[in-house]
Amino acid sequence: MDRLQMRAMLRDMLRARAFEEAAAQGYAQGQIAGFLHLYPGEEAVAVGVLHAAEPGDYVVSTYREHVHALVRGIPAQEIMAELHGKITGVSKGMGGSMHLFDASRRFLGGYAIVGETFPIALGAAYAVAYRRLPEAVICFFGDGAVNQGTFHESLNMAALWKLPILFVCENNHYQIGTEIHRHSAITEVYKRACGYGIPAEKVDGMDVLAVHAAARKALERVRSGDGPQFLELETYRYRGHSMADPASYRPNVELNAYQANDPIAAAIHEAESAYPSADAMAAVGADCISHFCDHCCQEGHLDKAEITRLRQEVQAEVDDAVRFAQQSAEPDMQDAWSVFHHNRRYEVLMETAP
Amino acid sequence: MSDLFYWQSLNRAMDAEMAADETVITLGEDVGLYGGTYRVTEGLMAKYGEWRVRDTPISENSFTGLGVGAAMLGLRPVVEIMTINFALFAIDAIINMAAKIPFMSGGQFPMPLTIRMPGGIARQLGAQHSQRLEHTLMNVPGLRIAVPATPQDAYWQLRQAIHSDDALIVLEHELLYFSKGDVNEKAVAPPIHQALLRRSGRDVTCIAYSRMVILALEAAEFLAKEGIEMTVIDLRSLAPIDWDTCVQSVQQTHHCLIVEEDCRFAGAGAELSATLQERCFYFLDRPIQRVAGLDIPTPFNGKLEAASIPRTEDIISAVRQMLGTPGGQS
Ligand SMILES: Cc1ncc(C[n+]2csc(CCOP(=O)(O)OP(=O)(O)O)c2C)c(N)n1
Ligand SMILES: [Mg+2]
Repeated sequence: MDRLQMRAMLRDMLRARAFEEAAAQGYAQGQIAGFLHLYPGEEAVAVGVLHAAEPGDYVVSTYREHVHALVRGIPAQEIMAELHGKITGVSKGMGGSMHLFDASRRFLGGYAIVGETFPIALGAAYAVAYRRLPEAVICFFGDGAVNQGTFHESLNMAALWKLPILFVCENNHYQIGTEIHRHSAITEVYKRACGYGIPAEKVDGMDVLAVHAAARKALERVRSGDGPQFLELETYRYRGHSMADPASYRPNVELNAYQANDPIAAAIHEAESAYPSADAMAAVGADCISHFCDHCCQEGHLDKAEITRLRQEVQAEVDDAVRFAQQSAEPDMQDAWSVFHHNRRYEVLMETAP
Repeated sequence: MSDLFYWQSLNRAMDAEMAADETVITLGEDVGLYGGTYRVTEGLMAKYGEWRVRDTPISENSFTGLGVGAAMLGLRPVVEIMTINFALFAIDAIINMAAKIPFMSGGQFPMPLTIRMPGGIARQLGAQHSQRLEHTLMNVPGLRIAVPATPQDAYWQLRQAIHSDDALIVLEHELLYFSKGDVNEKAVAPPIHQALLRRSGRDVTCIAYSRMVILALEAAEFLAKEGIEMTVIDLRSLAPIDWDTCVQSVQQTHHCLIVEEDCRFAGAGAELSATLQERCFYFLDRPIQRVAGLDIPTPFNGKLEAASIPRTEDIISAVRQMLGTPGGQS
């Protein structure tokens, strides 16, 4: 991986974190209402997978999708405006936080009913396969979603018809307050895909390089007509399920352990490793040193100053997005009706056949 | 008599029934350790254990179906569906199984199943999380639907639902869980499907259910200052409907306004209006009117969301218009 790409991934992870923290702040201040499901802790998943995707690929996501949208290239302004319910939002203020859609960027939407992303992805992939295009459909979902019937139904059809789907399970171990051992008989999610003959792999979702490598490989197979592929990415959300959830069901030690392994900190650590200080070298074990050394030789270099610059850059972008959202106009009822009738004018519906 | 939140009275009802009858079990997402999304099952798992209070995976179709199967063997399951929006995945279990098995089996299998779920528009949850499905459920022979608007009714009607040998849906409302009211746990409950007069007035009959009852009462209060006396009927049940209470009142006031949060097209109001005009035609001074939700998916934007469902002002102006008293003089 070259220096620019590594820098771009780190930049997106920092953007994602800054965006979500700004959203949390907007919610706390009463500027944003409704359910707000945030992504901190899981950045390596979206960034690793979507940096491996091509612009021609399609993305289907859940209600926890701000970061997927952001990394996919939807401007922060338009996402933030949607969270604020403004007409300048990517869904014109009609969808909200859980329903970001952007046809031009092939972002097929955020879905709030758990288990809906599977059939949508299935249909999109069917259309792609039908047209014999070298495109892939990337389908995101949580560990809780794999117990919905649509998961099993869709995996079977995807495998049966060799549809071009990359299934990406964001396994953060929780279905709101229910831990995975209490909601799934098989807790290694990737094994379920094996039951449908879909090649599946479990990858450390806190390690953006590992995620990226696995996604790239899987997407290559999808595009070359090998049929669906499946990745289980083990990750963790630092916050509650949504802003309304204090997450008191999770032991603190668990949160602390994952935070110690923060994907952004880890990515920075990797990025910085081109010039480890003498202290840093001394502080880590032999394996890590050799790992760092290999890494430094093969990969590019970033230094602390550049990372600080990146942080400032993304913060400025997010601040601008918040300003934009706050200053944008609200839609009125006429906007709602015209969106509703956009592709289905009443006069047309009532026309009689010739 | 105690002052309880709506969710607390549901919690007390659950506790009372589970203590009294060990065939009562409950299941749903996060009902156990978490205590329920709206706290309705709080404390029950610690008290009654995992086999009676079961946290489920996100598998609405099958865990609602589980409720049906368990009811066929004589348990009294109370299935909690986190919100009505997720019941769309369970619609086969509800409509094809729970509602029909008692009939298809020639009466061999009663269906002592209760399905609890909140519906309605909360605050800016987007179109998929802000809808009402009573129109769908009302149309299914074999389902009974209670729609408690007060903590007292929540307590009574949930207990009565659990006692019932038919499939019974207790349709709660997301914005009512934190409303408060007096609950008398000892008082004798009216029949589960009986409508109640919340206020009596000679000029017009307003029929509402669930959260809309509260808006109707606000409107009645306001209209009283203008000299308009409005009767407010809280339906409490959508299937069956207590027609006699409605007919009697409309025969006295000669005016009828129906208020529903659900979309107007083919909704509960349409059924009420059709049947009441059949039964009260010669008593009516004006056509029956409806105040209802707009026929549009709920917009996310807060102002539009509020504009898409009835507001107190909408009820007030509909009444004024019907009585021909624009601008407040009576
Ligand atoms: C069909 C359905 N049932 C229940 C819910 C309520 N709900 C929203 S998110 C969620 C948990 C989902 O967990 P998971 O799939 O692991 O995703 P995560 O939130 O952890 O990213 C539940 C139960 C829903 N939105 N849709
Ligand atoms: Mg999860």
